[in-house]
Amino acid sequence: MRLGVVTFPGTCDDVDARLAVAKVAEPVALWHGDADLQGVDGVVVPGGFSYGDYLRAGAIARFSPVMASVIAFANAGGPVLGICNGFQILCEAGLLPGALLPNKDLRFVCRQVDLEVQTTATPFTSTCEVGQHLSIPAKHQTGCFFGHVAPEQVVLRYAEGHNFNGSQDDIAGVVNAQGNVMGLMPHPEHAVDLLTGGSADGLRLFEGMARVAVA
Amino acid sequence: MRARVLIRPKAGILDPQGVAVERALPALGFGGVANVHVGRLVELDVEDEGQLDDMCRKLLANPLIEDYEIQTVSA
Repeated sequence: MRLGVVTFPGTCDDVDARLAVAKVAEPVALWHGDADLQGVDGVVVPGGFSYGDYLRAGAIARFSPVMASVIAFANAGGPVLGICNGFQILCEAGLLPGALLPNKDLRFVCRQVDLEVQTTATPFTSTCEVGQHLSIPAKHQTGCFFGHVAPEQVVLRYAEGHNFNGSQDDIAGVVNAQGNVMGLMPHPEHAVDLLTGGSADGLRLFEGMARVAVA
Repeated sequence: MRARVLIRPKAGILDPQGVAVERALPALGFGGVANVHVGRLVELDVEDEGQLDDMCRKLLANPLIEDYEIQTVSA
């Protein structure tokens, strides 16, 4: 089973995303200018500052050749995980509800956050339990979630005291109505190894994604 | 045709930049300032001004969180 990881100009978390994927599947590097998804079984859109965050974070990236293919892949039911800037891109592409606004205090924040799993009825959280806390790093300046989203589409919330960016209803991660596209601001790919991640909780999401991609 | 697109945060949307500016002005002695909002200005030359609205909805603004206003400028 093969999971693609997209790289745009300005992406910086693609290497960690490929390392995280390698723990559950074969990682495949995908390039923004190439519409060929190389037959992957799932796609990770990683974090960074695609196209310099010009205009709005994710606004330019959504029109790249690879995203036309990712949108078609997602609409056909393929699993897609957007992390941080990837989340912003999937929102701009209309694959996920809502938008990400500047953090309420306008600062770039880098810290470990606790996330509370809201539902296990998505591929990505199928390896978790409802109410379970995941300790995962977050690092962003534009991560304040805003949008109209059905309660069952809220997958992760910041645990009490951890909503540093002002997100509406403590929302940290959402899925589309079909449940095959997920986005979150914190970085599960940075928390897949106890040596460097502070926890390996992020691995759960990749394991869940791989489990469904196989099916 | 020279055009100017003003993009602002929608009413009711968290605008921390506006809040920061609103708080900074009194600190410099400017009183009586309220309802500050910070947006973006995009200036462009276009051959077909009929496309401007589509450009705004698809790229220049995110209609979910931003309002836009198109002004055409005579050269």
